[in-house]
Amino acid sequence: MTEPMPIRKTNPKDILVQSVFLVIVVVLIASAIASARTNLNAMGISSGFGFLDRSTGWSYSFSLVERSIDDPYRWTLFVGFLNTLFLGVISIILATLLGFAVGAARDARNFALNSMATLFVQIFRNIPLILQLVFWYAILIHMPGPRQAMSFLDLAFLSNRGLYTPALNLPPIASLTAFAFAIGSIVVVAKAVQSGFAKRFLIWLAANILLLAALVLFSGAGDSAVFSIPALKGLRFTGGITIPVELVAMIIAIVLYGAAYIAEVVKGGLRAVPKGLIEAGRSLGLSERTIWFKITMPMALRSIVPPLGNQWIFLMKATTIGVAIGFSDLFMIVSTSITQSGQTLELIGILMAAFLLINFSLAQMINLLNSRLQLVTN
Amino acid sequence: MSAPSSDWSFEPLKRRVFRSPSDTALSLLIFALLAYGLFVTVNWAFFNAVWSAGDAALCSEAEGACWSVIDARHRLILFGLYPYELHWRSTLACAAIIATVVLSCLPFFWTTRRLTGLWIAGFGTYYALMEGSMIGLQQVTTDQWGGLSLTLFLFSSVVLIGMPMGLGLALARRSRLPIISRGVAVLIDFIRSLPLLTTLFTAAVVVPILLPSWLQGDKIWRVILAFSLFFACYQAEVFRGGFQAVHKGQTEAGRALGLRPWQILSLVLLPQVFRHALPGTINMVVMTFKETAIVIIIGLFDILASANAAFGTGEWAPYYMEVYAFVGLIYWVFIFSLGQYGAYLERRMAVVSH
Repeated sequence: MTEPMPIRKTNPKDILVQSVFLVIVVVLIASAIASARTNLNAMGISSGFGFLDRSTGWSYSFSLVERSIDDPYRWTLFVGFLNTLFLGVISIILATLLGFAVGAARDARNFALNSMATLFVQIFRNIPLILQLVFWYAILIHMPGPRQAMSFLDLAFLSNRGLYTPALNLPPIASLTAFAFAIGSIVVVAKAVQSGFAKRFLIWLAANILLLAALVLFSGAGDSAVFSIPALKGLRFTGGITIPVELVAMIIAIVLYGAAYIAEVVKGGLRAVPKGLIEAGRSLGLSERTIWFKITMPMALRSIVPPLGNQWIFLMKATTIGVAIGFSDLFMIVSTSITQSGQTLELIGILMAAFLLINFSLAQMINLLNSRLQLVTN
Repeated sequence: MSAPSSDWSFEPLKRRVFRSPSDTALSLLIFALLAYGLFVTVNWAFFNAVWSAGDAALCSEAEGACWSVIDARHRLILFGLYPYELHWRSTLACAAIIATVVLSCLPFFWTTRRLTGLWIAGFGTYYALMEGSMIGLQQVTTDQWGGLSLTLFLFSSVVLIGMPMGLGLALARRSRLPIISRGVAVLIDFIRSLPLLTTLFTAAVVVPILLPSWLQGDKIWRVILAFSLFFACYQAEVFRGGFQAVHKGQTEAGRALGLRPWQILSLVLLPQVFRHALPGTINMVVMTFKETAIVIIIGLFDILASANAAFGTGEWAPYYMEVYAFVGLIYWVFIFSLGQYGAYLERRMAVVSH
């Protein structure tokens, strides 16, 4: 052999096999289109995206923005898309926070803490998510009505209609701006402190707690110009925001289930940190807390982030079960649209495209996070 | 993988509970919480519960669980609308599937031939008993199957169809022919980035439009095939990991011995691939069992749907918690024990590979 790398000649058999494969795929697609045409003609449905401008004429449970039953399909589908994103992002954030806490407890030295975390994981990971969802929903809709609502420090209330929480008494745009501003300032503060991920995380957490405390303090003083707290007026609550039971049940179910999985990922990452590094920290005389935040956690994060990203994508996809309890996520809006309009192929295409878009963006974000993390710890 | 780095797992228990004053306080607080939770649960489930069979009236005064609802409705939850006097057949059929799963855990069956034979025999027994006409019993069509037996049917057929499909996809993705490997890679990534519900919904609602009427078949079979495809796409990645774990020199050694390509595959590669892929495969099987619960949305009468039906009628309506607890316990026992078994295997293999 004189050549270092033998160059494979294209085998005529290979070309034949691949051509047959291609022909089969093309024939399958062509016959699917042909029978779709006959079947749709028989049902009297004309294909195309013209239906997007027709008004829907039906209502649904939850929306973040203004809606009415006269909205065209395009707007209703967009509302569903927003709902899916909203629910997914909230669930991912909460599940990650809870999952890190439980995962750290799974690896903790304290036996009691350890057992409680194990119990949590073994309960919530081993029961199907949809069963947990219908269970929480059943409990919530059997709660007492608004007049006997369960009260949390007279600030938040839980009834069979939903969860009532204090809110900023500002127009939505102003609230959003304030929220974005708060996040931005936290990022700026965190950027200023260039001393490792753990400290930034702590600062971020502290800033959030401060923000929350400020919110509670302000609203505790009563109904002010800026904050509004829910209060019972007659048969229903006024003020604050109402989170409908469907959304509450979805968040509880997805967060508990997701946190149980994320906890296992975190535990695995913590256990994979080489023992020598921790011993090196000890022999340098670092305190256990410093070791945990400066050595264990930054090292663990490298192996945590890739599987954590898979969990995030999984949780995003899990939002589709909302249809089981009537939460109007994108899947429910699409399936209702299909029964109402009959434009099955177009609508399922929109649904798939939306999920490909969401998951692709999420995967890109995770890759970015991953590469940033490698840079920071190196 | 290396041994766990937490060196405190084997410390004396006393030191893990009362190491410092703050540890002691935390331990006592958590133990108090756990004890209270246990007290409430046990009181609800046992001491204050109504166990007597019969009517719902007895339960209205009880503070605890009303297990009468399970006594009255367990046939519906387990077997759905299957003819009442034929329930012995669905009992035996479910036992056949459970026995198949349990036997698969024994190392004796861990050869491709034995495992395949076991699953085909188990599934065949199930189908013959449930359907009936093949062994001279009264025929019961699939639309009357329901409850736990339908869940087990979906689970076992998805695993049985999806496993060879997954192997096929994994092999196709490894193919040196670019069009085939790229095409299959696109299919796998596409299915994997869609929610399972979307895939099943497409099979139930969209596929009838794309197929001529003589090819459409029952909805349940379309859903099973779509679910199998979903399973296969994930399982193909598990197998791919297994292929990557086998050293390349093995193929070259096989070629040097003059083995044909299919001999290298079946005699050298696959036995090792299966062994490496075992923990991931068990994980997938457990996931599949858990995810079957989603078919309630497509309108199949699985155990969750029959549970909803069990307390749907007037008199049992307040006792939804008991029914969900019963169904949750069934799922939990299956999934927990399979999961523990998978974790045990993973630990055992980690020791062997050292």
